[in-house]
Amino acid sequence: MATSNIERALRKNERGAVALSFDVYEVRKQFPVLQREIDGNPLVYLDNAATTQKPQAVIDALVSYYSNNNSNVHRGAHILADEATRLYEAARDSVAGFVNAFSRKEVIWTSGTTEAINIVANGAKQLLSPGDEVMVTQMEHHANLVTWQQVCKHSGATLKVVPINDDGELVVEQFHQMLSDNTKFVAMPHISNALGTINPIEELIPAAKAKGAWVLIDGAQGIAHGVVDVQALGCDFYAFSGHKFFAPTGIGALWGKEDVLKDWPVWQTGGEMISEVSYEDASWGELPNRLEAGTPNIAGAIGLGAAVEWFKQFDIDAVKAHEEAIMQYAVEKAKAFPGFIIKGNAKNKIGVLSFLLEGGHPADIGFLLDKQGVAIRTGDHCAQPLMNRLGVPGTARASFSMYTTKEEIDALFDALKKVQMMLM
Amino acid sequence: MTLPTTEEILDDLGFFDSWEERYKYIIDLGKALPAFPDELHTPERLVKGCQSNVWLEVAGNNQRLEFIVDSDAIIVKGLLVLVLAAFNEKSPSDILDFDIDGYFQALDLERHISPTRGNGLRAIVAKIKGIAQATQ
Repeated sequence: MATSNIERALRKNERGAVALSFDVYEVRKQFPVLQREIDGNPLVYLDNAATTQKPQAVIDALVSYYSNNNSNVHRGAHILADEATRLYEAARDSVAGFVNAFSRKEVIWTSGTTEAINIVANGAKQLLSPGDEVMVTQMEHHANLVTWQQVCKHSGATLKVVPINDDGELVVEQFHQMLSDNTKFVAMPHISNALGTINPIEELIPAAKAKGAWVLIDGAQGIAHGVVDVQALGCDFYAFSGHKFFAPTGIGALWGKEDVLKDWPVWQTGGEMISEVSYEDASWGELPNRLEAGTPNIAGAIGLGAAVEWFKQFDIDAVKAHEEAIMQYAVEKAKAFPGFIIKGNAKNKIGVLSFLLEGGHPADIGFLLDKQGVAIRTGDHCAQPLMNRLGVPGTARASFSMYTTKEEIDALFDALKKVQMMLM
Repeated sequence: MTLPTTEEILDDLGFFDSWEERYKYIIDLGKALPAFPDELHTPERLVKGCQSNVWLEVAGNNQRLEFIVDSDAIIVKGLLVLVLAAFNEKSPSDILDFDIDGYFQALDLERHISPTRGNGLRAIVAKIKGIAQATQ
């Protein structure tokens, strides 16, 4: 999987059209946190699936906004309000361009992926009825499972769960078999947060659309590992968080097709989202505002816009090639490490190495790695049913980003040797 | 196994220079904890943490409370020995009087009972204190 992108990047390099401009060590210099030491060891931050670190450009955008332009948007009769509104709406343009939205109206600011999914689920709850079916997968994060489970409980629709195989890959034949004329909604992750599996959504979305279902992609992990082109994908909704993509916490976006979103039941009600209000009634405003009640996370949106602009400077093929090389390197080291059990062996996976060590509980592994300056996550990764399916109480998860180096992978495995020594 | 006393633990842990030695000691305490009868691994005895689980069984009266504990994570098991050193076979009023935060601070292990650690240790301390309160 890595070869094709490396080759492509190298070819471009030879042509000189786009230089293989990606130097991971240069990129790291832009992240203040990555310069930290923990107890005398350089920080090895391998918890990127939980949240990524922030480059100086994003930090600067926040500081500059609060230092120079802070104001409420869309309403003040003064210069600060005008500047803040311009910055805020320019960020929307950045995000719309980045995911290749048909129009800027299709980008709804949310607090993150969870809220984005809840906006859609809130509508679905009102639109679905008994006899309708909602499809999710066995690898869902709770945010894309509990939401749909509750939609079904409230609407009377039936929840169908597409199985995965022991390698943590979706059973594609089952997906196709489970689709029916009653399938009204399909919600699935682009990339699994717990296993790193990349789902073949390019193939699955058209099949679901052919049945007339709405399709939502949980893009929490997908957004930071390659290019997302919502027009090419053909889904109805793509939900993602800023903080897993170098932007601040508390901001994310729901992309939705304009003709779906324009009539989607409104979510929160209040200021900004209305057109006309009387004591007795109210009418709703236009997109995107009709799904954005109240004062938004202005600084967060500007920060997300800054993250997009920052990220766009890189040759995306080169970034992907780097991430694939890191993934491959980690898997090779894992396979050569005695007692190392990889959880999730999908052929197509990125960014995540979920594992167990023989004789070691994930919590012990995580703790003893932390003592050595290696930051990972342990536990069920907000995917309890998936952990049950895999027959484990949880896993240790090392997760990578564009700034992860081979030296950090080496540091992980060196630290694991010590963990093993101490636990045995 | 006879549980070490809090004084012994403070002495032992004070003796080590490196974190490796300190945690090796805690891991060894955890390994030496008597086996928890499997039939007691029930949901009622479970204190669920987001990273590891702890089981607690209690017996005794308002004079003396006895606890047996278990965890699926070995470091948590070792830390439970430290907790039991403070609480096991003590009267409810002794348990309630004991300054567990100060004790963990003296052990330089206060991170383990901070609210951010999802290891159930803080919950188990609260549970034991609750039991002591109720039996007083």
